[in-house]
Amino acid sequence: MNLQIVMLLGQDGVTNGAIYALLALSILLVFTVTRILLIPQGEFVSFAALTMAAMQSGTPVRMGWLLVALALAAVALDLYDAARGKGRWRPRGAALAMLAYAAAVTALTGLVPLDKAGVAVQALLTVALVVPLGPLLYRVFYQPIAAAHSLVLLIVSIAVHVVLVGAGLLMFGPEGARTEPFSEEGLSIGMVTLNSQTLWVVAVSLLLIVLLYAFFERTLYGKALRAAAVNRLGAELVGISPEIAGKASFGLAALIGGLSGILIAPITTIYFDSGFIISLKGFVGAIIGGMASYPVAALGALFIGQAESFSTFWASSYKEVIVFTLILPVLLWRSLSHKGAEDEE
Amino acid sequence: MRIASLSPHARIFLVLVPLLALLPLVLPTYQVTLANNIGIFALATLGIVLLTGIGGMTSFGQAAFVGISAYSTAYLAIGTDLPAQLGWLGGSPWGGLLLGMVLTLAVAALLGALTLRLSGHYLPLGTIAWGLSLFYLFGNLEFLGGHTGLSGMPALRLFGISLDRAESLYYLIWALVLLAVVVTLNLLDSREGRAIRALRGGQRMSESMGVNTFRAKMVAFLVSAGFAALAGWLYAYTQRFVSPAPFSLQAGIDFMFMALIGGVGQVWGALIGATAVTFLKQWLQDWLPHILGRTGNFESIVFGLLIVVLMQRMPGGIAGWLARHLGHARKLAPSAQPAPTPVEPLPRRALPAKGEAILEVRGVTKRFGGLVANNDISFDVHAGEILAVIGPNGAGKSTLFNQLSCVDRPTSGEIRFRGRRIDGRTAREMAGAGLSRTFQHVKLLPTMSVLENAAIGAHLRGGKGVAAAALRLDRREEARLLDEARRQLGRVGLGQHLHAEAGSLALGQQRILEIARALCADPCLLLLDEPAAGLRHLEKQALAELLKRLRAEGMAIVLVEHDMDFVMGLVDRVFVMEFGEQIAEGVPETIQTNPAVLEAYLGGVE
Repeated sequence: MNLQIVMLLGQDGVTNGAIYALLALSILLVFTVTRILLIPQGEFVSFAALTMAAMQSGTPVRMGWLLVALALAAVALDLYDAARGKGRWRPRGAALAMLAYAAAVTALTGLVPLDKAGVAVQALLTVALVVPLGPLLYRVFYQPIAAAHSLVLLIVSIAVHVVLVGAGLLMFGPEGARTEPFSEEGLSIGMVTLNSQTLWVVAVSLLLIVLLYAFFERTLYGKALRAAAVNRLGAELVGISPEIAGKASFGLAALIGGLSGILIAPITTIYFDSGFIISLKGFVGAIIGGMASYPVAALGALFIGQAESFSTFWASSYKEVIVFTLILPVLLWRSLSHKGAEDEE
Repeated sequence: MRIASLSPHARIFLVLVPLLALLPLVLPTYQVTLANNIGIFALATLGIVLLTGIGGMTSFGQAAFVGISAYSTAYLAIGTDLPAQLGWLGGSPWGGLLLGMVLTLAVAALLGALTLRLSGHYLPLGTIAWGLSLFYLFGNLEFLGGHTGLSGMPALRLFGISLDRAESLYYLIWALVLLAVVVTLNLLDSREGRAIRALRGGQRMSESMGVNTFRAKMVAFLVSAGFAALAGWLYAYTQRFVSPAPFSLQAGIDFMFMALIGGVGQVWGALIGATAVTFLKQWLQDWLPHILGRTGNFESIVFGLLIVVLMQRMPGGIAGWLARHLGHARKLAPSAQPAPTPVEPLPRRALPAKGEAILEVRGVTKRFGGLVANNDISFDVHAGEILAVIGPNGAGKSTLFNQLSCVDRPTSGEIRFRGRRIDGRTAREMAGAGLSRTFQHVKLLPTMSVLENAAIGAHLRGGKGVAAAALRLDRREEARLLDEARRQLGRVGLGQHLHAEAGSLALGQQRILEIARALCADPCLLLLDEPAAGLRHLEKQALAELLKRLRAEGMAIVLVEHDMDFVMGLVDRVFVMEFGEQIAEGVPETIQTNPAVLEAYLGGVE
């Protein structure tokens, strides 16, 4: 192993690690605000990547149909709640607006020749398709049981993941896909050539982290979400609706997942079920951060990226084994520094 | 024995055993093979029921455990290139069972040790990650055949009988399934079983009653992994071929879905779930390709949606629904019925002599950051004495109570119990030493019977373990424990409600039940947190009578209470706090006229 290989592997590690860090942050955000472990986080990644790939190859983009189906379910749930006396006797404006939006985006993706539209338009449209998935999933699957035991929330998360993977197979088929790189040129510094996609990933990740920081530190919505994360009941008492907080955190998670998918689609071949393994590495980062600390989770995820990259070199077929076994020492450390039995809500 | 006197479980057995025995005689071989698979799935799912439905923990690693055992079995049974150390096990089905069991339990013990002390999210995440890495490991190890797996296993031979046909394996599999059900039912109806059942929502309470909750979790996890190992052994001999695919994370999720659909809270839910999911899956695999026009793993969409709806509408699954609608919901096992014969009572602790100092509090200070919740608190409590701690809201009574009961440790100062320093010890250690307590917010297990709730208090007065419980070798001790619980419940006036669900009692009765549970531990110091709150007048009088009787027997009692009428007519001394400070101490008569106390409660007189 010479310096060149080290640099190459390190670069790969940084690229993947940055994506894992984004996912880890998003997982933590959803977990602290809603107590939900967002197992379907990875589906945002794979759906975005495959949607983008479908646009570029000129095959029909079927993501919109999932949105329409979920939006219909949301309207139906609103009506059902109303019938049981829990709301007004007509769907709420938000649900109808979402349905209209889903129909419009679906129509747009069906009518416009997307393969000629250019990467920026494709990416924008992909984001427009993936982000509403977040709030819709929250509305349809989680909102009716938002107060349930965290065990129930976890099981529902697993079930939603299973449903989405099945839907992914239905929408995108079993074949993997890769998209065109955003730009061709790399950047040469001395003997090292930085891959252009690496630069894109790092730049977008940093930008996203800065934006998230600004959102949580500077805006009222961001502060409200933080309040909901610290104390759900207290936040509700001062007027922060847990529904809004849940939908907002899911929307952010879908945005982060969707952007991650667009960023890695040119580097890795993505299949309908690839998202899970990718997001699980974000989970490992979040576990390193103790399901609580953002900076430690991000650093942990970067470390996972490096560990994965270097184990590809030494023992490529054992890559996943090594990465997932890494959580054992982390759990040991967590376990030793923990004391006392606590009942969970 | 009359059928009416049998427990619901026994009645199910009475119907199920002949039915299962007859099935292979009428079914075609193809259906018998299906029944074999269902039996193996049911065995693994039974582990999930115990772990998730009863213990409140989640694991998606059950398929991986089945895999370890199946691979061990296949590897030894084929036995062509065994390393020398394993040579003696080669070709023997018992060797495969032994190796599979040992490896599975070792991995489970490691994972358990790493995750079970942490919050409930780490076990599922740990098992997901670990289940995935094991799957890749199976697929990459040369000596396990990589992705193609191991084939060419000989048929199972036990005691010279060859079980090479589906029909003969059927009897072995289903006998083991029923055996596992019996073992599980026995375990749950025991001292260790109560500790496992208390894990869902009662961990702080049971620690205070002396239950090692980490151990209880580990027991449930290991038993559950043991069932998976047994299922893996059977699986290897049923298929006579193993490959990584059936032990993937997806399969682990499938086992969880079987448990949830069947009814995760009931032992029979495992059998129902394995059967229902197997048939539904087959039906969907036949029909979905026609509807969707292509083939693929699309039944997962239906199962996923089914689980979501189930969790929202019917969390008890099919078995839970049946139990509710057939009327005998959660009927308890026979030993919970009225005591048949008188049993020898449990030995009692030698109570300290009257007047001996039981609790000595010296200069206890507790700070939370800048807030001083208790400042330099000192007092004594003696055997045969009742001390009341009173004070306005926010005076620091609960903080003090938490330190006395070893839930929290003082920042400085010391607390002695019978001369031994106890600050910094755990609540569990103190339960064994003779300190018992009740909770301000009642902590009962609402779906367990009143009798079983009280019996948790006697946990440390028994010693029989898991094996004894599973094999029913614990019946004498169990009868004595339940008899003690019955006696204490009679003593506090709940003798009429032994078999009611604890959650169905009125709040006042639930408080009294907590006292009975505390008494089951045979304590010499009783810490009561607002025992009279929510009690009606007559109930308060009865409670006061009970406490007076306990005092006369030599018990030391500390109570935190707001009800002044109750306190002043009962206690020997009153300790008054305000803003974390001690403001007065003395007999009730002097406290009632103490100017500082009047000031604290009524405000100053200008």
